[in-house]
Amino acid sequence: MTPSPVKTRTAPGVKTAALRAAWPKTLPVLAGYLFIGMAFGVLLTSAGWHPLWAVVMSVFIYAGSMQFVTVGMLAAGAGLPTAAAMTAMVNLRHLFYGLPMLRRFAAAGAKKIYLALGLTDETFSLLCGTRAPDGVDPGWYDFFITLLDQCYWVLGSALGAVAGSLLPFDTTGIDFAMTALFVVVFIDQLRERQNRLPAVIGLAGSAACLLLFGADGFLLPAMALMVLLLCFLRGRAIADRGEEHAP
Amino acid sequence: MSQNNLYTLSVVGVVAIVTWALRALPFLVFRAGRPVPRTITYLGRVLPPAIMGMLIIYCLKAITPTAYPFGLPELIAVAITAGLHLFKRNTMLSIFGGTAAYMVLVQLVFA
Repeated sequence: MTPSPVKTRTAPGVKTAALRAAWPKTLPVLAGYLFIGMAFGVLLTSAGWHPLWAVVMSVFIYAGSMQFVTVGMLAAGAGLPTAAAMTAMVNLRHLFYGLPMLRRFAAAGAKKIYLALGLTDETFSLLCGTRAPDGVDPGWYDFFITLLDQCYWVLGSALGAVAGSLLPFDTTGIDFAMTALFVVVFIDQLRERQNRLPAVIGLAGSAACLLLFGADGFLLPAMALMVLLLCFLRGRAIADRGEEHAP
Repeated sequence: MSQNNLYTLSVVGVVAIVTWALRALPFLVFRAGRPVPRTITYLGRVLPPAIMGMLIIYCLKAITPTAYPFGLPELIAVAITAGLHLFKRNTMLSIFGGTAAYMVLVQLVFA
């Protein structure tokens, strides 16, 4: 069970050790991704698309909330510029997931490309919460966390797409799984004190923008408002403490 | 059907490319070891919770508080999800419980 450090230096042993260390950490995502992936698969096929599309989308897009939004856009016959703008807005947060990982992924070699493209909300939060144990290659550890997560997502989507039509009950409302996921992540973030003010700013600022600009146009102003308020807060915090912590 | 497939492929392609670009951009713009501007690292830390709050509102944007059912199915289901998660701290249970509650509410209670 505890291979000597010399043995873990050989290439196959390195991968096996990394996979063994990584997979127990992915269990929470296994449950969530299977279920939400199934909800996505059900939704896409019940909208009239072939089950293969669910797999294609989960392999190549691999962004949970955006895939739900894409089902809506496909069903509405949205144009390509709209699709691009919508993706940019819904997935804008991914721009910020890479920043804390710059140094971490730099040592992973060619795997860095997949690590960057597979950085979903859930994988990001897993990686933030864990590090490779001593004696385990960090690059391969992060790689297997990312790969396992995507496997769960693709598997869930495929299951939902194929078995969705066989389910003996009405699936209306299953898309709420996405909302529930965000509520859960939001509450988990509220447990850390330093996240509370940004979380409230995001929630209240977006609600205000929804009332002001309406459902079709509130995302962009909400994002602008959030960034402005957060930068303003940082300015005040620096003025108060005279310091700023690097992450 | 092939027309439909072509349209689906182009939409999926656009969504995938924009998503990849957003995920790759930080690694292309900032090099490890070189200092990332403080404002950017600060935003990287505080934006995720703020954006999660925004996404909750995004999910609820279609409710109409002025007309039946007044957004009640959504609000009740969010309350159930949040309550479950605050007291049980089990991600799977919270998502499953909240979704099941919502399906019952929209199919049977507020049908």
